[in-house]
Amino acid sequence: MSEAFRLPDGGRVDRAQPLSFTFDGRRYGGLAGDTIASALLANGVHLVGRSFKYHRPRGIVSAGAEEPNALVGVGRDEAHYTPNLVATQISLYDGLSAVSQNRSPSLERDAGSINDRLWRFFPAGFYYKTFMWPRRAWTRVFEPRIRAMAGLGRAPKAPDAARYAQRYAHCDVLVIGAGPAGLASALAAAEAGARVIICDEQSELGGSLLAETEARIDGLAAQDWLAATLARLGAFDRVTVLPRTIAFGYFPHNMVGLAQDLTGYQGEPDDAAPRGRLWQVRAKQVVIAAGAIERPLVFPDNDRPGIMLADSARIYVERYAVKPGRRAVIFTAHDEAYRAALALHRAGVEIAAIADLRGAPEGAWIDAARAAGLPVRPATTISGTDGQLRVSAAHLAPIADGKVGRAERIECDLVLMSGGFTPSVHLFSQSRGKLRFDPALEAFVPGAPAEASLMAGASAGAQTLEATLATGYDAGDQAAGVSGTAQVRHFAVEAAPLSRGGFLGAVPHGRDPASVRAFVDFQNDVTAKDIKLALAEGFRSIEHVKRYTTTGMATDQGKTSNMNALGIVSETLGRPIPEIGTTTFRMPYTPVPFGYFAGYARGELFEPVRETPIHGWAAERGAVFEDVGQWKRARYFPEPGEDMRAAVARECRAVREAVGIFDASTLGKIEIVGPDAAEFLNRLYVNAWTKLKPGRLRYGVLLREDGFIVDDGVVGRIAEDRFHVTTTTGGAPRVLATMEDYLQTEWPDLNVWLTSTTEQWAVIAVQGPKARDVLAPLVEGADISAASMPHMSVAECRVAGVPARLFRVSFTGELGFEVNVPAEYGRAVWETIFAAGQPHGVVPYGTETMHVLRAEKGYIIVGQETDGTATPEDVGLGWAIGKAKPDFVGKRALARAGMAAQDDRKQLVGVLTEEPGFVLEEGAHLVADPAQKPPMTMLGHVTSSYWSAKLNRSIALAMVRSGRDRLGETLHVPLADRTVRVTLTEPVFYDPEGSRLDG
Amino acid sequence: MADVAMTMTPVRRAPLDGLAGDPRARWAVPMARFSLRLPEAAIGAASASLGLDLAGPINNVAEREGCAILRLGPDEWLVLANDADSAAIAAALDRGMPDRRFSLVDIGHRQTGIVLDGADAADMLSAGCPLDLDLAAFPVGMATRTIFAKAEIVLWRTAPTRFHIEVWGSFAPYVWALLKEIGREYPVMENTP
Repeated sequence: MSEAFRLPDGGRVDRAQPLSFTFDGRRYGGLAGDTIASALLANGVHLVGRSFKYHRPRGIVSAGAEEPNALVGVGRDEAHYTPNLVATQISLYDGLSAVSQNRSPSLERDAGSINDRLWRFFPAGFYYKTFMWPRRAWTRVFEPRIRAMAGLGRAPKAPDAARYAQRYAHCDVLVIGAGPAGLASALAAAEAGARVIICDEQSELGGSLLAETEARIDGLAAQDWLAATLARLGAFDRVTVLPRTIAFGYFPHNMVGLAQDLTGYQGEPDDAAPRGRLWQVRAKQVVIAAGAIERPLVFPDNDRPGIMLADSARIYVERYAVKPGRRAVIFTAHDEAYRAALALHRAGVEIAAIADLRGAPEGAWIDAARAAGLPVRPATTISGTDGQLRVSAAHLAPIADGKVGRAERIECDLVLMSGGFTPSVHLFSQSRGKLRFDPALEAFVPGAPAEASLMAGASAGAQTLEATLATGYDAGDQAAGVSGTAQVRHFAVEAAPLSRGGFLGAVPHGRDPASVRAFVDFQNDVTAKDIKLALAEGFRSIEHVKRYTTTGMATDQGKTSNMNALGIVSETLGRPIPEIGTTTFRMPYTPVPFGYFAGYARGELFEPVRETPIHGWAAERGAVFEDVGQWKRARYFPEPGEDMRAAVARECRAVREAVGIFDASTLGKIEIVGPDAAEFLNRLYVNAWTKLKPGRLRYGVLLREDGFIVDDGVVGRIAEDRFHVTTTTGGAPRVLATMEDYLQTEWPDLNVWLTSTTEQWAVIAVQGPKARDVLAPLVEGADISAASMPHMSVAECRVAGVPARLFRVSFTGELGFEVNVPAEYGRAVWETIFAAGQPHGVVPYGTETMHVLRAEKGYIIVGQETDGTATPEDVGLGWAIGKAKPDFVGKRALARAGMAAQDDRKQLVGVLTEEPGFVLEEGAHLVADPAQKPPMTMLGHVTSSYWSAKLNRSIALAMVRSGRDRLGETLHVPLADRTVRVTLTEPVFYDPEGSRLDG
Repeated sequence: MADVAMTMTPVRRAPLDGLAGDPRARWAVPMARFSLRLPEAAIGAASASLGLDLAGPINNVAEREGCAILRLGPDEWLVLANDADSAAIAAALDRGMPDRRFSLVDIGHRQTGIVLDGADAADMLSAGCPLDLDLAAFPVGMATRTIFAKAEIVLWRTAPTRFHIEVWGSFAPYVWALLKEIGREYPVMENTP
C-alpha cells in the first residue's frame, strides 16, 4: 500500500481519504482526488498495457482525454464491467478493480510480444499483402488468429446492470470546457443574464488551473481565483454546472451530446441510481473552450513505459502530488517543458538533461531553468532509448549543421517530451466549421464557424493565460448577445510567462531509418516508417494515408498523433501542411458507453407495446399473441393439449358452424367529416362514394399515384358529411398521413377534416351463422334482422348498454357483425357478448383463424397478396373501380399503355396441391417445367398458404403470370427437398356464391 | 329484447387501471374529449357557440369552469370537458353552425389523461420531451402536441409545477411506466401530492 512516489504535501488529493484499489489483481493505495493513472504512478507503476499490433509494453503517456495507451477494463463483476476506459479519466474510488488489456497471460510476460520481435513482417497494410494464399486459409486460420490477437479490451459477458438516464436541455449559451477560458465565458454569459450550461469532462472544474501553482489572476492565486469564480457561478440560478460531463458530439442546429457520469465514478454502488445521463442540449450559442493537447515527439523507441508528455508529468506533480519518476531526461521543442522540468525539480525529481531540438532556445522559462541549475542542452535530439518494461536510458545526440552527432547514453527512469500544443478543434470540426492553418502557431485553428459557435482560449490558439481568460470572457459575452457590443474585460495575470515553440513530424536521429521505430500513433502502433511507406507506395491524400496506415483511427481519434503524421507527410512530399489538409474529426470525442444511448429504452420500455382493451381478457384465457407492428394481437386461443393447428381448426369450425368472436380493435380507423367528405373520398379511393347512402358500407381500395394498391378497408357512411373509414392495422398511420398530405397540398379547397379514431373504438367481430342470435338480445335502437340490416350496412345503436356503431360486415364469408364501442367499454361489452354467446357455442378466435377463413374466401390481405406492384385488376378487385369517375389517385397510371396493355401481369389465383395434405411454404415459386436448369423461369409465387379444416385439405393463394388464363393448369413448386405438383384454381375455395354472407 | 340491454351497467375500464405509477403522476378523471376542426372563417361562430374564444394563438388554452380548449394548430382544437357536457357541446355546434363547415369527432376514449404534479415535473418530462419546458419558454396555459420518448402526447402546463398529458390509450401504459422509471431519479418530497 506504500505510495512511494506520493509527495508529502501539495496537490488537490485528499490525504485524509485513503483509498484502496486493485490493478491486475494487485492491491494498491491511492487518495480521493486521484485518477487510476495518478494512483498507479504514485505506486511507481508505469506499465499499464500492451500495444495493439506489436504487443509492446506501454505506459501512461498523458494526464487526460488524449491518453492513447492506458486503456483498462473496470468493474467489480461482469454486469458492471466496461472495457477500454481511459485510466487518466477515471476517478479512483475505494475498491475499484481495473485490469489491463491486450495481454496474455500477464502484462510482464505477454505471449503476443512475439509480434514485436517479428515487427519487420508487419508493415503498414500487411494484412492487404499477406495471408493471400491459400485462399481458404483466410476464413479458417488467418482471420480468427488475427482477430484473437488484435483488438483492445473485451465485451462484458453479462447484461449491463446499470441504468442510464437521458435529458433534453435548452440554454442560451453552452460552454464546453471549464478551464480558464470556459469559466470566463460562463461568467460573462451569466453576468449578461443568459441561461448557461457549462460542462467539463473532469471530476473538478478548472482545467489547467487545477495544476497551476504559480500564476495569479486579479491578485489571487490561480486556484483561489478558481474557487471564487466557481462560487460566483454557483450563485446564478440560471447557470447549470455539469462536472464529469464530456461533450462528445456536435450535431446540426447546435445540438450537442453530453455524457454525464453520475455514479460510474463511485463504482456504481447502487444499481437503482443511474450510472450516467445522456444530455441532448440545444443551445442558442455554443462556446468551445476545449483547451489544447500536447504533442509527443516522434523519436526512435519513444513508446517505452516511463516516456510521458512533459506537461502531463507536471500535472501529476502539481495536481496529484505524484512524482512520475526519480531521474528525468526532458526532450522538447517547446518552452512548456522547461516549466515541467522546474516543477519536477522542485518536487525532488533529478533532471538529468533538458534536450532541446531548437538551436538557441530563449525566454523566461529557459532562463528560469538555467537559473535553477538545470542542464540545458540546445540542438540536441534523442536517437533512441533503452529499457523493456520501463525506460532505463535515453541516447542524447547533438545536432550540428543538420547532422546528428554521436549519442551519449544517459540513464533515467523518466523521459518527458513536448512537441508543442495542438488546439483541440475536434468539436468545432464536427460542427463542420472550417479549419485554418496558422503558420506562426504551426497548428490548425478554427476559421469560419458553420454553427452558432465561438471558440475560446487555447482551442482558439490563445497562448497565454491572460489571452485565454480574455478570449473566454469575450466569447461568453458575445454568445450571450445581450449588449450587442462585446464588453472588454481585462484579467490581471501575473507569473504566467509566454511559452513558445513546437515541432511537427519525426525528429532527426541519425540512425538507419529502416531499423528504428519511432511511434506516431501509439494506440494503433503506427510508426513514422509506416507513413513513409504509404507515401512510397503512392498514397498521396492524407485520408488515404490515414486509412492505409490506420494512423489517427483509434479510439483516441489521433489526438496526440494527427499533427505529427501530417508533419511527416509534409516533409516527405515537400509540400506545406495547408496543401495536405487535415482529416475529418468524428464523434465521439472520447468513447461513450452504449448504455447512454439506449437510455430508458430497455426491457419493457424498449418500445411501446400496444395492447387492445380486450388484451387482458385474451391473456387470461391463455391466448398466444403475435406482434403486428407495435400491437400485440391474439393469434389463437389454445385449449389444453392443443397445438396451433388443432386450435385454429377448432376455431375455424366454430365460425363456420356456429359463431366466433374476434378482437379487431387494432384495425385502423379514420373519421372523415365535413361537407366535402364524399368528394374527398371520391378523389382518393378507386370507388364511387357519392351514391353511398348513410347507413351503408362499401369496401374501399386505395392506390398510390402509380396505380398500385397501398391499402384497403371498409368505409361506412354515418351521415351525409361523416364517414367511418377503416384501414389495415399496419397501414393506419401511413394512410392518415397520405390523406392529410393530399388534403393540404392538392385539395386545400375542400372542407373536410380527418381524425384518427383507431383507439376511440374497440372492435368486436361476431362472425358465424349464429352471430345474429348472439347479438340481437343485446342491441337496442336498431333492428338487425336480415331484412332491415343487410350485408354491408351500419347502424348507430346501443350494444350491451353502450353506444355503438354496429357494422354488418364479414371478413370470414359468414354472416357477421363488427361491434364498435368506445374503447374503455370494450372489455365489458366483449365479456357480455361472450356470455350471451355461450348457449350458441361461441368461441374466441385469433388472427391465424381470421387469416385461414379469409383465404378460404379468397379475400386478399394488403401486404400479403400485394407487394406494392399489384393493381386492383391483378388481385381481382377491378369491380371496385368507379368507372364513371373523372379521376382518383392512381387512375391515370392504370390507364397508361404499359399497365393496361401488359398481358402477362401476375394475377391472383388459387393453388391446390395434388397431395391434399401438403401445405406449401409461403413465398415458394411456381414454374411450368421443373426439369429446367436453374435459374428456372418463375411464373409466380405463393402469397398465402394454410391448412383448411373446413375443406380438409391445404389451400393457397398465389400471384401468377397470366394466372386467370391458366386456371386448371398444372404447375410445379420446387422446394428444398422435393417438387410439388399443383393445380391453379379460382381463388375462392368456399361458398363461391356468397350465400352464407346473406344468412 | 331491449329490456335485456337496459338492465346492463357496463364497466368502464381505463388503460391505466391497476398499474402502479410514480407518486407524482395520477390518472385524470374520465372526461369528454373532442377533436374540433374548422376553417378560419368559422372560428367566430364556433367561439360563440361554445362560449370560449378559439381565436387565441396556437398552443394557447382557452378555459372556463369544466371546459378547456387547447389550440393545437391553425385549424385544430382539442376540447376537454366534463363528461356530462359531451352532448351539449355537440348540440351547441350543430345549432350555431348550420353550414356544418366543421368537424367534431368524439375522442373521449381514444386518449387518456395523466397529471404530473411536483417540483421536478418539468425535469422529469425533459427526460423524454425535446421541447424547452422552462417556465419562460413554456408558460402556464401553453399546450402542444409533442413526443415523450417514443409516444406522441399533448402536453399542457396547468401550473408552474403541474402538467396535463394526453396520450392515446395503447401508449398510456408506456408513458406511465416511463414516468415511473424516470421518477426514480427524483426523490419524492414529503409535501408532493
